[in-house]
Amino acid sequence: MTSPDVLDPQRSRTTTEHSRDGAPVVLHQLTRTYGTTRALDQFSLDVAPGEFVALLGPSGCGKTTALRMVAGFDTPDSGQILVDGVDVSRIPAQKRDMGMVFQSYSLFPNMSARDNVAFGLRLRHQRGGLRRQRAHELLDLVGLAEHVTKYPHQLSGGQQQRVALARALAIEPRVLLLDEPLSALDAKVRAELRDQIRALQQRLAITTLFVTHDQEEALSMADRVCVMSRGRVEQIASPAELYAHPSSAFVAEFVGVSSRVPVERHGDRVVLFEREAAIRGESPALDAGPVDALLRPEDVSVRPDPTGAGVVQHRSFLGASTRLEIGFADVVVKTDVRSVDAGDFELGTRVSLDVAVLDVLVTPRRVPSPEG
Amino acid sequence: MTTTPDTANSPRGVGGRSLTARAALWRHTRTFVPVLPFLAYVALGLGVPTYIIANLAFRTRDGHLTMHNLSVITSGGQYLLGFETSIKLAFVTALIPGVVGTLIAYAIAQSEHESFKRVIAAAAGVFANFGGVNLAFMFVAALGPAGIASGWLAHLHLNPWSHGWSLYKFSGVAVVYMYFQVPLMVLVITPALNGLRPQWREAAANLGASKWQFWRYVGLPVLMPPVLGSMFLLFGSGFSAYATTEALTGGTIALTPIQIGSILQGNVISGQENVGYALGLGMIVILLVSVIAYALLQRRTSRWLRP
Amino acid sequence: MTQIDTLNALAVEPASAPAVRRLRRRRLRVGRGVVLLLAGAYFLVPLYAALDFALRDIQGRFSLSPLTQITAQPGFGAAVGLSFKLSVVTLALELIIMVPTVIYVHLRLPRFRRVMEVITILPIVIPPIVLILGVLAAARPYQWLSASPYLLALVYVVLAMPFVYRSLDSGLGALDLRTLVEAARSLGSGWISTMWRVLIPNLRSALLSASVLTLALVFGEFTMAQLDLWTTVPVWIYNSSSNNPHVVTAVAMIFLVAMWVVLTLIVSLDRTHRRTKDTP
Repeated sequence: MTSPDVLDPQRSRTTTEHSRDGAPVVLHQLTRTYGTTRALDQFSLDVAPGEFVALLGPSGCGKTTALRMVAGFDTPDSGQILVDGVDVSRIPAQKRDMGMVFQSYSLFPNMSARDNVAFGLRLRHQRGGLRRQRAHELLDLVGLAEHVTKYPHQLSGGQQQRVALARALAIEPRVLLLDEPLSALDAKVRAELRDQIRALQQRLAITTLFVTHDQEEALSMADRVCVMSRGRVEQIASPAELYAHPSSAFVAEFVGVSSRVPVERHGDRVVLFEREAAIRGESPALDAGPVDALLRPEDVSVRPDPTGAGVVQHRSFLGASTRLEIGFADVVVKTDVRSVDAGDFELGTRVSLDVAVLDVLVTPRRVPSPEG
Repeated sequence: MTTTPDTANSPRGVGGRSLTARAALWRHTRTFVPVLPFLAYVALGLGVPTYIIANLAFRTRDGHLTMHNLSVITSGGQYLLGFETSIKLAFVTALIPGVVGTLIAYAIAQSEHESFKRVIAAAAGVFANFGGVNLAFMFVAALGPAGIASGWLAHLHLNPWSHGWSLYKFSGVAVVYMYFQVPLMVLVITPALNGLRPQWREAAANLGASKWQFWRYVGLPVLMPPVLGSMFLLFGSGFSAYATTEALTGGTIALTPIQIGSILQGNVISGQENVGYALGLGMIVILLVSVIAYALLQRRTSRWLRP
Repeated sequence: MTQIDTLNALAVEPASAPAVRRLRRRRLRVGRGVVLLLAGAYFLVPLYAALDFALRDIQGRFSLSPLTQITAQPGFGAAVGLSFKLSVVTLALELIIMVPTVIYVHLRLPRFRRVMEVITILPIVIPPIVLILGVLAAARPYQWLSASPYLLALVYVVLAMPFVYRSLDSGLGALDLRTLVEAARSLGSGWISTMWRVLIPNLRSALLSASVLTLALVFGEFTMAQLDLWTTVPVWIYNSSSNNPHVVTAVAMIFLVAMWVVLTLIVSLDRTHRRTKDTP
């Protein structure tokens, strides 16, 4: 991916500069119901030109539905989709000028990689020689210069997705849509492609919508992440913001790792492991009922303590660090220690926890569901 | 199977090969022993008759080698006519049911009702195997000269009999063949149709293709190999049918299978007793070509429609 | 936000999207329906016509008498008996040869599956009309063979191989064969006992469909039986057509209905079998 951008010298822009090629996308109050289920419920999202926004959420949250609406494969029951100020809802998918990369199996099997990439150009009546040249350039851009004449069944999963990306980019779309393009690939290939897609997107400054259920993907690639659940927006923020200041229990537990700890509340403070901590500002509105605190592994620190109330119940070796699960009565708190120190924390060791932060995210207590 | 590095120095048995290599060879062969009964049965049941046909096709009644049987066929006359008619019939009942069957299968595949698809699939299975005497009788009852459907059509002035058509001639036999050829096509082409991924349609639309452009550049090219391959299968099926035609026409139509049957029942000129075997050999050759074409097209299909 | 204001200002109420969707779907459904309707007519009309013809007496009036007269027809009982005997012998031979072979191939010789698939294509290259040519010539020197009806059974075994192989192959494919066998053997079961007590019970639906297909083949095979001069049921139907066409058509229709019932049973059996496999 260090090859020079041969498409158009004017295209090498960073996202901080406003690109005249990336179009702003506005999703306004999209609603879609299938039978009795609400796939999307007043879903709204503003995407700036050239921005990379990830739609993140569990399956069924509506992220793919929203993406397909932007592409034109589904129509909202109500709401508008504006691209560069123009309402595209009535424009059929063929005319929307967007590039889409599907999860799998989208390459035309009867065409070589080159012909797949050139397909959009052929439909736009570009001359054969010019088409082939452009296709070669794009395939070179995604690192597949030696595979231009190969057919999809001769390519690996990762290679196929790269061809799909090149094909989507060939038509110089205003918006790039990616529907879980990495989900069907091996972990290693996924990681490589992640970086390549992001680098390419930044260089070309195309407005991009990326659907995924993998929070690592979303956090590492996106300018902003839109966390969705049950057809609604949970939170839209930059990855750092999302991680550090989740606005709801759902986001706190979906993005990154969280432990739920029931705590006593006194006004706007809670008692946590014999310490007092403030309630963080963005905590959801609380009524008078009991509450839980949501803790990240790095919010607490652990030390061996024969008089401590906690017991090491589980250890997971993660490489440089080791994750410990500390049990207190029926509460489990996850925290990390450096693997070099992990020897002090064998299973069954009694430990004490110290809270390392001044304020914590607090949420209404969840009644434990019966274990299946 | 590992070869010992010391093969040069290991003890030698009969024939000079080292004992370890021979033991390995025996072990390898031994794994095939349990399938010998099956292979033997196939060799006896299929291989021997085929060999005999191929052999007797070139022999006179007394056993001398000859090309006479072949020349009887190729020099014109009823046997050559039989081949021509058989090929024509097989072609027609492969082409039309091929197209019609594909359209029907596509209409079914597009349906959203799972139970409907299952019912049709079962029906296709039944109708594809419905042949022979029962089918012939059914059509006589329906479209024979005194048939019930003929009567209905007569009310509409559309009775085919009054327009020169006959159930017992070429066009009639072809109509009857469609009854099992079309379901056969539906059965054989449905997996390929199911292999048409919706993502291709969507990707094509996304890149700007209209419905026709999709079919022209992706859909039809991808479907061509399985459709053509299936038509070869249908050709074979239509070419080798005997029971239906025999029951329908009583052996009065000039088709190669019928002629073979006729020879077996004794209707043969003296001196031409073994022409039947030559006819059989000819059929085998034609069917072999058909099946090879089918297999080659299937290979292409499976590469594109099942990655 | 100005884009939204502009849109609201325009305030044009678009045709509601669900309604547009419904209209488009209805148009497609009509086209599809026409195709299927025409196809249905072609297949069902002759069926109806034949059933109508079958249920008329000699004067042409509607009557159930053809059904009752079936067993009284000359030669019917003998034909059924012969077909039945042939099918039993064919089935027995077929299963004895195919079941151990396919199991063994699945266990030890996966590469041989290719060969078996090719062999199951062979009967297309050598159809019954040609095969009987060779079989009759091959059996002629052996009086005991050529004079026996069971020569047909021996050949039917070959004809049925494609169907039987496909049934057994898919039935075995659905099992975790290696694990089952290793578990049985580790518990001390010998090969025959393993096959009899472990594998065969698990192959019940595959065996059933293979058996039914074989039976349908034997009861429906006309070409070889006629040319070998044996009166099985299809041959009987053909020969008796002039006696009482209504009765004979009734027999033909009964066999068709029976085939339908049986094939539907097989399909639903296969489905229930697969469903139970998926539940935890």
